[in-house]
Amino acid sequence: MKILMFGWEFPPFNQGGLGTACHGLTKGLVNQGHAVTFVLPKAKDVDANTHVNLVVADNVSFDKSTIKVKEVDSLLHAYMDSTTYSEKFETYSNYSHNKKPSADDIYGKDLFHEVSRFSQKAGVIAAFEDFEVIHAHDWMTYGAGIRAKQVSGKPLVVHVHATEFDRTGGNGVNQAVYDIERKGMHLADSIIAVSNYTKEMVVKHYGIPPDKVSVVHNSVAFNDDSFAQNNDFKIKKHDKIVLFLGRITLQKGPDYFLQVAKMISENDDNVKFIVAGSGDMEGGMINKAAELGISDKVLFAGFLRGKEIDKAFSMADVYVMPSVSEPFGITPLEAIRNGTPCVISKQSGVSEVLRNCFKVDFWDTKKMADMVMGILKYDSLNHTMKENAIGEIKTFSWDKSAQNCAEVYQNTINQFGVNN
Amino acid sequence: MVAICFYFQVHQPYRLRNYSIFDIGERHDYFDDIKNREIMKKVAEKCYLPANKLMLELIKSFKGKFKISYSITGTAMEQFEKYAPEVLESFKALADTGCVEFLSETYYHSLSYLYSKEEFKEQVKKHKDLMKKHFNQTPKIFRNTELIFNNEIAKFVEDLGYNAILAEGADHILEWRSPNFLYTPKTCNKIKLLLKNYKLSDDIAFRFSNKEWKSWPLTVDKYVDWVNRNNGNGEVINLFMDYETFGEHQWEDTGIFDFLRHLPGKVLEHGDNSFVTPSEAIKKFEPKSELDIHSVISWADVERDLSAWLGNKMQESALQELYKIEKVVKATKDKYIIESWKRLTTSDHFYYMCTKYFNDGDVHKYFNPYDSPYESLIAFMNTLNDIVFRTKEYNSKSNVSAEAQSVQI
Repeated sequence: MKILMFGWEFPPFNQGGLGTACHGLTKGLVNQGHAVTFVLPKAKDVDANTHVNLVVADNVSFDKSTIKVKEVDSLLHAYMDSTTYSEKFETYSNYSHNKKPSADDIYGKDLFHEVSRFSQKAGVIAAFEDFEVIHAHDWMTYGAGIRAKQVSGKPLVVHVHATEFDRTGGNGVNQAVYDIERKGMHLADSIIAVSNYTKEMVVKHYGIPPDKVSVVHNSVAFNDDSFAQNNDFKIKKHDKIVLFLGRITLQKGPDYFLQVAKMISENDDNVKFIVAGSGDMEGGMINKAAELGISDKVLFAGFLRGKEIDKAFSMADVYVMPSVSEPFGITPLEAIRNGTPCVISKQSGVSEVLRNCFKVDFWDTKKMADMVMGILKYDSLNHTMKENAIGEIKTFSWDKSAQNCAEVYQNTINQFGVNN
Repeated sequence: MVAICFYFQVHQPYRLRNYSIFDIGERHDYFDDIKNREIMKKVAEKCYLPANKLMLELIKSFKGKFKISYSITGTAMEQFEKYAPEVLESFKALADTGCVEFLSETYYHSLSYLYSKEEFKEQVKKHKDLMKKHFNQTPKIFRNTELIFNNEIAKFVEDLGYNAILAEGADHILEWRSPNFLYTPKTCNKIKLLLKNYKLSDDIAFRFSNKEWKSWPLTVDKYVDWVNRNNGNGEVINLFMDYETFGEHQWEDTGIFDFLRHLPGKVLEHGDNSFVTPSEAIKKFEPKSELDIHSVISWADVERDLSAWLGNKMQESALQELYKIEKVVKATKDKYIIESWKRLTTSDHFYYMCTKYFNDGDVHKYFNPYDSPYESLIAFMNTLNDIVFRTKEYNSKSNVSAEAQSVQI
């Protein structure tokens, strides 16, 4: 089957789980003999990360003859909201002041204009590419998917990795984003959600009949070498380490992590808490740690990439994912790969597929602290959970997700043929 | 002719509450009274009361021809008294019929034999006294927790003065032999061995309501036909199962009570058939041969071994830490501390920590009050650490032996 896919990001230069998921899923599809054309928005000269991100996307390690990565000129990148977009646009305008043509000509003035520009370009690509089904990942690409559908007359599958309700924790939902999500879901021929948790959100908040939504859980692809050996870290000579790793935003629940840190610090002096990531709550969290009197216990590590992430995971004794709302959440699996037991929020998709970990409501910080302490204190627990978790994730594979995805394509194509 | 020997296990543990690490040294209420009461009331209503009522009716209507036996743990008896005294009364009424035998086991349904012979003896004695007190019977037949058994256990129990012991009729120990005869454990002189016929027992206990099973639905006619086929090649069919099979594991709407109601009449239609208690069985029949059972067997899971309680590091370490403090706990002579410690010996706590089938989410999960085996380990170890904390408080007040003081968790 030939698939035209629209995404935001692709490894190695990705900001979050979406790029990893697209990578795994497309690899799984290719393994099963499908061909994927992957379209990315491209941003030039705006910010080093975005720029490098999209250029290197061409150099993906697997067979380029079956996955083609296309780039579209755009300021878009993952996890952008309208505020940060405006800031970037300002920066770009100033920076390219003397260049021609001006920024106003090349890029739209606001995020939504940008999305619409991405859609126009998508229409051009759709006209020239050969494919049977369109697959669009998350709201910024829904417009592109819809446009491609109009141009080609092929069915559209939209893939919901996160909704506006996850990103905002339900407070301050951006109406324009919501409208795009809703429109995409309604105009799509089928919807894929990354978890039952996300499917419920789609049904509840977007007025979609449940039978239009299929759940395809994310996965991880680990070969035996990707499991980390134990490293010696100097910091661990005296202290045990509890890790938070993710964007420091409301959605990820960093404030609950600090409450847990406070409770544990009162009980055990030899535990350090690392907060790795960046985001709009970072300053607030640094202040909060000071307010709680645990500034000496909490270390802010900033945004980590690639090997640094593995290092942080393998250094940690426990990984905590206290997300308020996590459509899937791949980080616990990365932690386990590095031999680190996890305490994860029940408000997450990954808690539907992972058994050998602690699961707790994000707001139940006392229980969360108890679980973290249990792992720190009881070696037999730490050991058993770690062994079983590694054994468990070794059975995971993207091939299964890709297979489920291909079934959705096939059903969608069949149904589409009947209806048209 | 064939005799049916029914034995039902009656047990409820004291489940621990989610005792937090932050509670250690602060509070000493370990047991989830609310949940324990709730479960006892639920099981009493669904199983114990209707099943006891039916058993009493059957015993009365067959005028001494229908007989059964029970082993009821001390922790279950205590919780009957506290939460469902009418259940205890109904067991007493059964005892009064003279057709019901009560067996011996460890008071706390523990694995103590494997870790401390001294504690094992204390618990067996305490249970024996309890049976005498409530049912006016001195048990002569022993069943170890979850039918955990080997030669050595048989010998130990023989030396305690018992006439017979119960065990699982596991294929790998019987080989070509039939479970439907009495045996003598090797190394023992007089104690007799009653082996569970696991096929016929599990047909009722596990498969009764399983619609995937080719013999579903199980009718009394079909079942008694299977029983009668043993005529001529067996003497006693030992049907051993959890009493909670009736109404709790197999719900009333599966027809389990109707099955039980009509079973004795159908069995007794065949003039050579009878029902016996374990004590009657060993009087009536002679052992056919010696059985040599070195490795420990049990009636749990398909493995029929100890792996349900000792299958991972959490379980091993929790058990070791528990028995490691036995001496210091007893040295406090504080009855509350000692009683709490003894309640922790109940095997269920270790069963909850089992990860064997966790990935499949199975029968272990049904019985587990915790969300995961890992949570049960935390509750158990936190509780144990508070007991250690309290023994240290005691020891710092009074001078006990240096050995006792050096124990740490």
